[in-house]
Amino acid sequence: MRGPAVVLLPLFVLCSCDGPQSVLDPAGRDAEVLATLFWVMLAGAVVLWVALNGLIHFVTRIAPRPLNARAAEALIIGGGVVVPVILLSILLAYALNDMPRQRDKGEGLRVEVTGHQFWWRVAYWPEGAETPIVTANEVRLPTGQRSEITLNAERVIHSFWIPALGGKTDMIPGRETRMSLEPTRPGEYRGQCTEFCGESHAYMAFGAVVMEPEAFEEWLEREAAPAVEPATEKARRGAALFLSEGCGGCHAVRGTAAEGQVGPDLTHLASRVSLAAGILPMTEDALRNWVRDPAEFKPGVEMPGYDHLSEDELSSMAAYLGGLE
Amino acid sequence: MSETNTLRDSARHGDGGKVFDAGPEGTYPPTEEMLDAPVDPEVKARREAELRKAWETPKGWRYWSAVNNTEVGVWYSLTAFFFMLCAGVLALLMRIQLAVPDNDFLSADRFNQFFTMHGSAMMFLFAVPMFEAVSILILPAFLGARDMPFPRLSAYGYWSFLIGGIFVLGSILFNVAPSSGWFMYPPLATEQEGIGPDIWLLGLSFIEVASIAAAVELIVGTIKCRPPGMRINLMPLYAWYVLVVGVMILFAFPPLIAGDFLFELQRSMDWPFFDPDRGGDPLLWQHLFWIFGHPEVYIVFLPSIAIAAMIVPTAAQRPMVGYSWIVLSAVGVGFLSFGLWVHHMFTTGLPSLSLGFFSAASEAVVIPTGVQIFAFVATLMVGRVTMSQPMLWIAGALAIFTAGGLTGVMVAIAPFDWQVHDTYFVVAHLHYTLFGGMVFPIIGGIYYFYPFITKKKMSDRLSKWAFWLTFSGFNICFLPMHLTGLQGMPRRVFTYPESAGWDVLNMVSTLGSFILAAGILVFAWDLLRPKSKQPLTERNPWNAGTLEWSHDVPEEAWGVRSVPYIASRYPLWEQPKFLERFDDGKFYIADAPEGRRETIVTSAVDAVPQAVVQVTGPAWVTLWAAAFTGGAFILPVFKFYWLSAFSGACAVACVIYWLWTSTAQVPKDPMRDAGLGLRLPVYVTGPKAPGWWAVFITMLGDATAFASLVFGVFFFWTARPDFPPEGAALPDMMWALSAMLAYVVAWGATVAARELNRGGRQGVARWCIVGAVLATCAALGGMWLAIVMPGLQPETHAFPAVMYALTVWTSAHCVLAIVMLLYCLAGSVLGKLTQLYDADLRNTTLFWHFMCLSGVITTLLVGVAPRLM
Repeated sequence: MRGPAVVLLPLFVLCSCDGPQSVLDPAGRDAEVLATLFWVMLAGAVVLWVALNGLIHFVTRIAPRPLNARAAEALIIGGGVVVPVILLSILLAYALNDMPRQRDKGEGLRVEVTGHQFWWRVAYWPEGAETPIVTANEVRLPTGQRSEITLNAERVIHSFWIPALGGKTDMIPGRETRMSLEPTRPGEYRGQCTEFCGESHAYMAFGAVVMEPEAFEEWLEREAAPAVEPATEKARRGAALFLSEGCGGCHAVRGTAAEGQVGPDLTHLASRVSLAAGILPMTEDALRNWVRDPAEFKPGVEMPGYDHLSEDELSSMAAYLGGLE
Repeated sequence: MSETNTLRDSARHGDGGKVFDAGPEGTYPPTEEMLDAPVDPEVKARREAELRKAWETPKGWRYWSAVNNTEVGVWYSLTAFFFMLCAGVLALLMRIQLAVPDNDFLSADRFNQFFTMHGSAMMFLFAVPMFEAVSILILPAFLGARDMPFPRLSAYGYWSFLIGGIFVLGSILFNVAPSSGWFMYPPLATEQEGIGPDIWLLGLSFIEVASIAAAVELIVGTIKCRPPGMRINLMPLYAWYVLVVGVMILFAFPPLIAGDFLFELQRSMDWPFFDPDRGGDPLLWQHLFWIFGHPEVYIVFLPSIAIAAMIVPTAAQRPMVGYSWIVLSAVGVGFLSFGLWVHHMFTTGLPSLSLGFFSAASEAVVIPTGVQIFAFVATLMVGRVTMSQPMLWIAGALAIFTAGGLTGVMVAIAPFDWQVHDTYFVVAHLHYTLFGGMVFPIIGGIYYFYPFITKKKMSDRLSKWAFWLTFSGFNICFLPMHLTGLQGMPRRVFTYPESAGWDVLNMVSTLGSFILAAGILVFAWDLLRPKSKQPLTERNPWNAGTLEWSHDVPEEAWGVRSVPYIASRYPLWEQPKFLERFDDGKFYIADAPEGRRETIVTSAVDAVPQAVVQVTGPAWVTLWAAAFTGGAFILPVFKFYWLSAFSGACAVACVIYWLWTSTAQVPKDPMRDAGLGLRLPVYVTGPKAPGWWAVFITMLGDATAFASLVFGVFFFWTARPDFPPEGAALPDMMWALSAMLAYVVAWGATVAARELNRGGRQGVARWCIVGAVLATCAALGGMWLAIVMPGLQPETHAFPAVMYALTVWTSAHCVLAIVMLLYCLAGSVLGKLTQLYDADLRNTTLFWHFMCLSGVITTLLVGVAPRLM
């Protein structure tokens, strides 16, 4: 009966617990607490499982003689009532004790994330800011502080989750939800939408980058600045094409005539770790393919394809976008 | 005639309603001498012939008009099993898609349809119906009854289930299946184009109605159709679980039906209950869905525990230890399960206080569940365990279920749930609980009960193969998923990137799923392979102690040879000479003198015999009624609203024909010799009658659905600042209050009609019924004028939409009330409903108690409440 477990045990050892999106490889205070909680609960669960199933195995296969009825009654009350009440009280006290802390209000930075089908609008509100610094599909947070995160959804429900940093919270149209995160370890992680949101739910992820506070401040300052001018002739052609094709109707590239708010802000597109909400690498090739036919990579996406453009035009566009550092 | 006269005399001096229910006459309980009295073999043969003829299963194509629980139960279980295999195939296709990263075996849309249908079918087409199917099949045998109390209702439920199931599942073949998840969260599901969500809403509502019908029947069967002497504390544990689960279905499904009602109104009429831009709220659906959805888990799980509770004492060859503890725990789980739904919504940003409360409540379920499991273990400990085929599956079930329970303890902790919610960790958890808590015990139960149904045993060798393949395949598939989830893989994703590092685990899961499927296939083969050459087993092959093993199957369709007198929990072990008396027909109603199908009705708690009632026989009308009901639910999917209304009217006509021709018939002879010196009435009315209980229980469910709509009003009132919006038109108070008055008048007239009819003044009673009909029409008019006159527009905002929804709901009930009143009027005029035989009028009055209450609440909510908001 325990055969499969024994076979699978080495497999568990083989599969490491780390990964860009792993609960068990925490890089934030809450995730650390919850990973520890998991290991404690797992240990308890294994002990209880072995004890109970061992008991069943014993009574059905090994038991030398039947038990008397009094002992049986004691087993029911002891095993069914007394032991669970004690263990669960301890567990609840231990596990829920930290819950208020995990829902504390953040200090300083507030990040406002809005879920769209199938991408994320991300707006940074540093302390005292009048207007936000808007970007998309990537969340950067500084270490050493608890940042407030407010969540909205544009059309359908999504859920915002960076496993390495902490738990998830749903984004619900018509109401604002909130959470807070306290990253501890700089690095690049991955977040993903965890509430089914339509055809390309699987393709709604984002890069989550944790930075030292100074590096974060520098990055935020750069992010607040308008877009860089296209550096090459090709990129300039791409920039002109971007406007003439009407891309600016949906996308904003701050500092240019493109001021659309329907789609992701592209001002510093090329400085992000991934393209198209965490599903493509940030390369010119990927940009070209994406612009040509986004639905190939993300079924149900709202952006139309630009396959009427020539390869040359697409390359120029990719060069422009790839230069928006 | 003299009989009737005495009753009439007593009525004049009697105490209200109860006097007409002529009590049993003669000796009860039976003495040992009476039970030992020999039976003349000739009489015995004649009685057997009578019974055989009365209970004969129709032959040839007429077989499908059968309504007997043994036929319907088998069709029902096999259909549910077939739907389970279909849903399983969908799961395998999904596992192929997920075996490797960035796979394109299935498109995103198709995968989304598959996982939606996998969950929906497993829940609505397999888990719940399977419980009802198995219960319809074996419950009468547990209770020594000849059949369920309303066999045609079982058949109607089955045909509805079949039609609805094929419709919903068939949509996948046309690539139009619902694709927004089995939970159908708005706004995604309300905004989705195509007919997928409509198929889900209407098709499954149809099946839910059938499920509720079956639940009503099972509850009434357990309460009223127990054999004489089987007091409530002597019931087999299975019957207790049926009672608990039936009641849970009764209170859990209606919130979903109310939710479906609002949802479909939004989809077809654009009434914005869940649209935040127009005052709606998507969370209302989540609440309604999970108020259903969480009890649903226990609705699925408890019946399997019930099966285990029948197998374990047999395996231990000893009565169950801690019977009362188990009953208390089952009831406790039932209660608790309604207070946990929020743990499905831990991530929706609720306040910490609620989270803490619902975490603790969720953990509390461990206690009653633990008690049940330890009671089984204790029983095995005090007995001598003989490890048999079924016991292997039960042991496997415990191993898997306890693992699922322990991960359940983890996810009930709100902060931990924030991490694993909607990841593969939860997928693993729920499959551990449902496989361990449902699939394994059901299969064990099938191995156990197979000889009861066919008098053959299933293969030992195949059983072992099936078990070990299923067990190891299951663990290989689902154990790694815990880790996949902890590594961050969300549920319901049709693919994943290689860089995520989930590929090895997913490949292992896929391999496991095919091993699991092989095990299920071996089991299916063992179940369905022809066994005509196999010798028959003895009657009680496991040497069990409960009543069902007294059946002599499959030759005789009559169920029990004679309805026994019960004095212990395990009569086959503890009552001497039981089987011999049983077979000789020494117990009750061992004959069928008038060639009718009958069963004994007893009192709810002490099981004192009250009557011998006729149960219905084969009929096509149930099939027609189901087909037309199906039309009424299915046609709106394609926007054929008038055809749907026509189909609904035909369904009502079928049901009226069925009721008129086969229920509450005026008997020729009011009493019947039930045997053992006991004479019992053959017509009962009021609370003694199963029909009265059925109406009462149905109305409890109906009232729950109505309460869910009322919950909706209060939810909006408290959760939305703009309810009603500033300056909005409010319903007219005077019209609403007039409607309220009309409801009270109609109710009063109905009650008066009942009293006058009983007092022998049928003429005045008929005029009262006419008055009640007119007052109902007035109430209907008043309600509509109250919302139409001030110009409420349901498409503009959730507030007028909710006012309209309440009015539509109550109006539909008004129409039903009018039909019922007219049915009574026709009965009174045509002699079906008389001074003595007034069951229809009693039931209509009972309906009116609920009708009046909901009418008053509706008019207050519409007419008065908005002025206070």
